[in-house]
Amino acid sequence: MKTKSKLLSAPYSVWMTVFIVVPMVLVVWFAFTDTAGNFTVENILNVGQYSNVFLRSIGLGAVATVISLVMGYPLAYGIAKMAPRRQSVMVMLVMLPMWMNFLLRTYSWMTLLEDNGLINALLTSIGLPRLHMINTGGAVVLGMVYNYLPYMILPLYSVLTKIDQSVIEAAQDLGANSRHVFLRVIMPMSTPGIISGVTMVFVPAVSTFIISKMLGGGGNLLIGDLIDMQFLGSAYNPNLGSAISLVLMVIILICMGIMNQFDDSDGEEGGIMP
Amino acid sequence: MKKAGSRIYMALVFLFLYAPILVLVVFSFNDTATASRTVWDGFTLRWYQRLFEDRMLLEALRNTIVIAVVAAIVSTVLGTMAAVGINSMKKLPRRIVMNVTNLPMVNPDIVTGVSLMLLFVAAVSLFGGRSLGMGSLTAAHITFCLPYVILSVLPKLRQMDPNLYEAAQDLGSPPVKAFFKVVLPEIVPGIVTGMIMAFTLSIDDFVISYFTSGTTQTLPIYIYSMTRRRVSPEINALSTVLFTVVMALLIVVNVRGSKDKAAERKGEEHS
Amino acid sequence: MSDSIISLQDIAVSYGSEQVLKGFNLDIRDGEFVTLLGPSGCGKTTVLRTIGGFITPDTGEVFFGGKKITALPPHKRAVNTIFQRYALFPHLNVYDNIAFGMRLKKKSEKEVKETVHAMLALVNLKGYAHRGVSQLSGGQQQRVAIARALANEPKILLLDEPFGALDLKLRKDMQVELKKIQKQTGITFIFVTHDQEEALSMSDTVVVMDGGEIQQIGSPTDIYNEPKNAFVADFIGESNILDGVMVKDLEVRFAGHTYPCLDKGFGENVPVDVVIRPEDIEVTAADSAHLTGEVTAVTFKGVHYEIIVDVQGFKWMIQSTDYRAVGDRIGLVIGPDDIHVMAKSEYSGLFGDYSTFSDEMDDDINASAESVEDD
Repeated sequence: MKTKSKLLSAPYSVWMTVFIVVPMVLVVWFAFTDTAGNFTVENILNVGQYSNVFLRSIGLGAVATVISLVMGYPLAYGIAKMAPRRQSVMVMLVMLPMWMNFLLRTYSWMTLLEDNGLINALLTSIGLPRLHMINTGGAVVLGMVYNYLPYMILPLYSVLTKIDQSVIEAAQDLGANSRHVFLRVIMPMSTPGIISGVTMVFVPAVSTFIISKMLGGGGNLLIGDLIDMQFLGSAYNPNLGSAISLVLMVIILICMGIMNQFDDSDGEEGGIMP
Repeated sequence: MKKAGSRIYMALVFLFLYAPILVLVVFSFNDTATASRTVWDGFTLRWYQRLFEDRMLLEALRNTIVIAVVAAIVSTVLGTMAAVGINSMKKLPRRIVMNVTNLPMVNPDIVTGVSLMLLFVAAVSLFGGRSLGMGSLTAAHITFCLPYVILSVLPKLRQMDPNLYEAAQDLGSPPVKAFFKVVLPEIVPGIVTGMIMAFTLSIDDFVISYFTSGTTQTLPIYIYSMTRRRVSPEINALSTVLFTVVMALLIVVNVRGSKDKAAERKGEEHS
Repeated sequence: MSDSIISLQDIAVSYGSEQVLKGFNLDIRDGEFVTLLGPSGCGKTTVLRTIGGFITPDTGEVFFGGKKITALPPHKRAVNTIFQRYALFPHLNVYDNIAFGMRLKKKSEKEVKETVHAMLALVNLKGYAHRGVSQLSGGQQQRVAIARALANEPKILLLDEPFGALDLKLRKDMQVELKKIQKQTGITFIFVTHDQEEALSMSDTVVVMDGGEIQQIGSPTDIYNEPKNAFVADFIGESNILDGVMVKDLEVRFAGHTYPCLDKGFGENVPVDVVIRPEDIEVTAADSAHLTGEVTAVTFKGVHYEIIVDVQGFKWMIQSTDYRAVGDRIGLVIGPDDIHVMAKSEYSGLFGDYSTFSDEMDDDINASAESVEDD
């Protein structure tokens, strides 16, 4: 009976081999060959030329992640302390913008941040000078925070709401004031949520190419833009593109490895989903 | 005092989340001649009318829905079967399969996208056939939907008392029948969640579609090209329509979900 | 054996590298209430699952009424199981749960209805037919599970620690109820538990297991009065187990004295284990007995006092209706029929005195004593 049910996953295994494993092998293959198909490490070495782009991506992504965490934690905590019925309404309100196409969400920030956009119109109408916001690093970070904030809030909320009230009461009973309760009990217990929230914000933020294109102008090229250019853009070079992708993957794996050091639960089916 | 502070903070965050959407919606009704995105010139439905006359857009919408339906069905069937299989695996093979399953979820979309593009381009050059289009898009969508289906079905299988399946057999049900009579009803909520998730993810996907579509347009790809080339309140109108549809869907799903939860709670009280 | 309904012959079962049963033999007579008793991990549930058909043994055969059923899948066996957590189908109500097996057998709805109501009457749940199973209490769910299994007219009912989740009083009620049902239906019950009291009070035959092996089979009184080895003596009831020497037939030496006893056939000057049940020891004044000791702990238990007495370093447990204060010196009187002699076994020496009540506490105390020495 057991052996038969195991066979049920055979079609899936075949599918994932063809569409996940083989493509990954192709990326590695392309990264280590030249256009003629000979082995080379030149692509990987060439990635080094773009170190400024990598640094910018990681920097902007990290800033956006930290801002999301700082913004999202109090909100998630607030929701988790509400009455159950209101919690589900609030969670839905957090999720709602996420289900709207993110190109449109980003587009709306374009119209808000433009030099003659809505925010500047507002500023001039109350007699303040215009601000140059679009096509700056700040605009890119804003776009990232806006798009990925729900990904931070939801996993945080789902761990915070599971914390047993009696644990908090036990801490108080043992003499912890509210600051201690938060720092010594709630924070450590919500670590898995922080980790999956940080991962879920950082990974798409560091690899985006839409946000930088729409809000960052030409001067804020990110890794994603670089990859896009190698595959579908002017600089067509899938070998270099694969090499960049590979390096990006390795960077993200390293980041996640570091993150998982903080998490002691074994993450076989890690908390990717809220 | 503290409570009021937290209320105000929440209100501000929600303002941040919803203000841009509100702006989009409001300006979709703007009767502007210059396609201005900032000056209010009176009310019109003109942009909505234009939207529904846009043939390219309707074509893209049709493609999106076809792909989403196929991807949702195929990934749900394959994923549910796989979840049942994975659930009965020993630790080591399960670890391997789950790692491959997690790969597209941890990998940046752009990497999944370009890797699939490399695959499809290589397949076309090796085996011939048509270039990238509906076929490659559908395959790509099934691929990134599958993990979500599995991760919504697996926990339901885990939660289920394994004795249920044995009890059905014990009472005279052959294994396959026992599965359909007892296991399936237990995991249906997970399957439905997985299917809805697959459907919405497929409709919403841009990055992976962008690399695997060739010249075929899906709605997100079309939106992308709209934001790139023209400045028109048509986009706002489209946003409004989509937002309304998504909101309606979410309300339906949520009502269903809270019913499930209420039933669960009821059960817990009594056990 | 001709009248055995289930016969396990030379069964071996392993999970991965862990051997759970090895060379396991067991015959169960038709109509008996048999209990498999043992600590967790002793293999009792594995025996049950082998009979139910959920485990195919690596080697050995299972016979049902003389016919080999080793490879027969569960749904084809005339055996039904009550699972530990009942395994009621949550998507079906009480009626449909009980009807489940009959409907698979394509019985008419009229017959199904009759049987369901008869079963509900049998388990005292009339009027519950259309409740959802999640609305029932633990005891009610338990009874639905029994009704569901019996509706299938099994030849054997397997019960896997069915009362584990119930509170003490409900447990006792269910024990009585279950025994009654077994008498009424005449079906063979095979019951698994780690609760010795439950086993003794319900069963016709008790099978004591440990380490995947049968330690002793017998009636509850046999098992209690004539334990075969130190494991059985310790597991069933309370016992003081001492090292002794069988001087000759009807004479045993332990705790520094030689006592007349009723056991014989061990040979002369053979080391043995001696069991003395706490309720058999008579307490007297210190100067009128061979054995004297100092009371180190007294616990009031309702019907009696549980007194721990230190006799030259060995802590005896005595159950007495007379109160003795801590620090009192008392005498212990042991008569010939209070002494039970067992041959030495692999369990000898594992169960000592009553310094502590559990092995776990024992280990912890030893460990902390060692760590103090380390410092």
